Formats: sequence, C-alpha cells, structure tokens
Amino acid sequence: MLSMFSLAFMRNAYFAGTFIAIICGTIGVFVIARNLSFLTHTLSEIGFAGAAFGIFMGWTALSGMLIFTVVSSVIVGQMSVKQSRREASISAISALFIGLGILFLSLSKQTSSYATSILFGSVIGIANTDVLRVAVLSAIVLVVMLALYRPLKFDSFDAIGARVSGLWTTAISVVFLVLVAMSVSVAAQIVGSLLIFILLTLPAAAARYFVHTVSKMIFLAIGFALIGVWLGLYLSYVTNLPVSFFIAAIECLFYFGALGYQRLHVGS
Amino acid sequence: MTEPLIAVQHLAITFPNNHVFKDLNFDIPTGDFLTVIGENGVGKTTLIRALLGLLKPTAGAINYYPNKKAIKIGYVPQFRNLDQEYPLTIEDFVGLNLKGWRPWLSKAEHRQVMTALAVTNLKKIRQRPLGMASGGEKQRAYLAQAIVQQPQLLILDESTASLDNEMKYELLDLVQNLNQTSQITVLFVTHDLPLAKKYGKHYLALRPGQQEYGRVADMSVEQLKEASDALNV
Repeated sequence: MLSMFSLAFMRNAYFAGTFIAIICGTIGVFVIARNLSFLTHTLSEIGFAGAAFGIFMGWTALSGMLIFTVVSSVIVGQMSVKQSRREASISAISALFIGLGILFLSLSKQTSSYATSILFGSVIGIANTDVLRVAVLSAIVLVVMLALYRPLKFDSFDAIGARVSGLWTTAISVVFLVLVAMSVSVAAQIVGSLLIFILLTLPAAAARYFVHTVSKMIFLAIGFALIGVWLGLYLSYVTNLPVSFFIAAIECLFYFGALGYQRLHVGS
Repeated sequence: MTEPLIAVQHLAITFPNNHVFKDLNFDIPTGDFLTVIGENGVGKTTLIRALLGLLKPTAGAINYYPNKKAIKIGYVPQFRNLDQEYPLTIEDFVGLNLKGWRPWLSKAEHRQVMTALAVTNLKKIRQRPLGMASGGEKQRAYLAQAIVQQPQLLILDESTASLDNEMKYELLDLVQNLNQTSQITVLFVTHDLPLAKKYGKHYLALRPGQQEYGRVADMSVEQLKEASDALNV
C-alpha cells in the first residue's frame, strides 16, 4: 500500500480527493435539505459541456467548468423556483448542455479518450497545479460556507421560518448555488462529471438517517465521502479499474445501509 | 392606558383588482393578547405579512414603538412542510432562529434554547427528531423557535387549526402564560371563537370592507353572534 504513495499522481489524487470529500460532504448536507439533488445532476452535465468548452478555447477544463456551472446554476436556480416547471426546465437544460459538450469536443478535435476522462474522471491526470487549484477553490467554498452557516442552515432546514424571520433568502439561495457549482467543478477532477452528484448527495443523504443535528450530519457526511474517495482510490490502484466505479459503489453501500438502518430503527 | 407597541393607522393594502383593506385602524398595546378573527380571504394573513414588514402598505402606516428595529417579532405560521423524515432534533430546530455569524452557539445562546424548550415543556424530548414528534409537540417546537429570540411580539397564525381540542388548549395555556409572566404581546389569528373569547384581551374582527375592534370582555352576545355568522360557524 505504501508503494502507492511513492507515485506522485497517487499522492496528488489523495490530496485532491480529500479536499473534494470535505467540501462535498459539507455542501451535500444543504443540497439534500434544500431538495436540490436533481439540480446537482444537471450541473454535472453542464460541467461536462463547460470542460469541453474550456478545451475548445484552449483553457483548462476546470476553468470552462467553473464558468459554465456558476453562470448556469444561477439561471437554473431562477428557472426552477416554481416546483411545477422544475423537472421540465431541468431536463431541457440537461439535454442542451450534453449536446453542447459533444459539439465542443468534436470542434476541439480531442480524442474520445479525452471525453471519457472528463465524463468519468481520471486519477492519472491530476498534476500538482490541479491539487493547488482544488485546494484554493475548496478553501473559498468552506470559508463562504462558514460565514453563511447560520442563515444557510435556517433557510435550508426551515425555509418558511427563515423567510418570516426576515432573512434575505433569495441572496442565500444564489450564493449557495454558486457554491454548489464550484463544488461540482472541483469534484469532477476525480469522479468525473457524470458521477459528481454521487459525492454531493449520497454521503449527506445517508448521514441524516444516523444523526440529527446539522453539525453532526456534516461530520458524518464528510466521513462517508472520505471513506469512499480514499478506499475508491486504493481499490482503483490495485485493480486498475475506474475510481469512479468504486466511489459510486461504496457510497451506494452507505446509502442503502442507512436506509436499512432506518427501517430497523423505526420498526423497532 | 397602556402604551401601544404597534399602532396601525389608516392602513390600506391593495392588490390588482382587490382592495384587501381600505382604512384599517387599531392599536396593539404592550402586553395585550389580541385575537384577530375573520373568514377566509378577508386579509388576516395579509395583515400579518404587513406587520412583519414583508408587505408594503399601499397607504397609511404601521408605527412601531419605540421603533421597528427595537421590536423583535416571533411568528408561528399555520403550515410547515416538515414530514416524518425531517431529520433535525427539536433542540436543533429551535436553535435555527438564533441569528449570528458564529457557526456554533455560545453558552448564552444555548441557555436561550434551553429556556424556550423549558417553557414549552419540550426539554425532556429535545433530542427527538422533530419529524417523529406528534402534532402538538411540533406546534410547541414552532412556538419554542418563535420565542427563542425573546420577542416582544408573538404572532400565531391559525397555529391551533390542525390540533385537537386538548392540544389547542395546552398550546394556548402556554402562550397565555408567556403573555402574563414574560409580558410578551400576543397576536392570535383564529377561526375558533371559543378560543378567542377564552384567551383574548382585545379582538379585531375583520369583514370585507369593515372592521371592529374592542375588548373581548365587552363583547356582547349580539357581537359574538355576528362574528360567528361572519365565520360561518
């Protein structure tokens, strides 16, 4: 196992994966509380288009992703205010952005293996500069989260109470969507754009069945995400199979385990 | 005469094609228990939204004494979509309403939460997930959250509507106790005339295009009957 850390790309993957797990676990608790799981899925696809656009423009994939996800998260958030049209508008936007992703990839004349690494993630491609970018973005997300913690918690877990208490709930929503967009872009480095929503939803969704305060949910969700990422990277290293498969499988285990625990607990 | 906490003067609120109020006037004296009665659609919730500052009056004024900033308002809404899977404990839910920038609660804030839980008889079950609580316990948790900031004015918007009789009286006994011991001014919106009569000190009966304000104790049988007719009860 120690020989794994003698490889620079594995060390980088572990560093980046740790930051990703921390911000996904933290943001995920609020994503679940605000019923935004579906939106994170859409942002994943928008992230794919953004990455392809970044490559097409000759930028980094992360820059393209950040621009696309941040701008579109605000637009999607505004469009999805009304529950009645949420699903249709999100489906339409997903379709459009997957199409754009394919278009930009085709225009940039990248090989299909490049598309695969954007969609499914790749640990081999993480350089020192990527780790630094991920660390800086994660730090920004965490600092803003901490500054907004109480109002965000109130609005996420009791929207009606927050509104009547005079909180500026629209501003909180917009800032939160931007944080989600940044987390999506960062997490795509390892799990790929197709499976980002796994780290943003499943650890937090599982945590709420075991603990019942926001702070404990955050810590447990970070724990589930960290185990998934660390173990996934290790299993990927020893089997030479895609890391995103292992992370997805481990997080699903946590989630279905939590559902089973809840059933036993409530049933008893 | 007790100083008013809030004075509503010539208040008019108009939506497109709908004059909710044209010339509404009443005072809420400090320490009062004002019950607002009226049929559906007469503007009770609109009035509350205006008092909370969420809706701008078309004309007239709502004056707060000494000023709007100095008055903390606790609000217990009629509906909240908290289902059985709602994860937070009653204690965590009550603490949501504490404003501030520090992510964790200070000792003083923790004491505020405990006090709110104690006066609403929720201290023993504070670690229970709110989703698993009964209807009456949920309403008491909403009340505890509304009073955790120690407000001067507590607004209950049909908060007893979903409760059975025993729970209604239990909740309002708590509110009456707060009104009498902590001098919290109460504005209670209800359809339930027996409750309005039992707990209210003043009443404001809203009817389309008119209003009636007075002391509950002075309410005559005829007035009670009129109010009943207006509510179709």
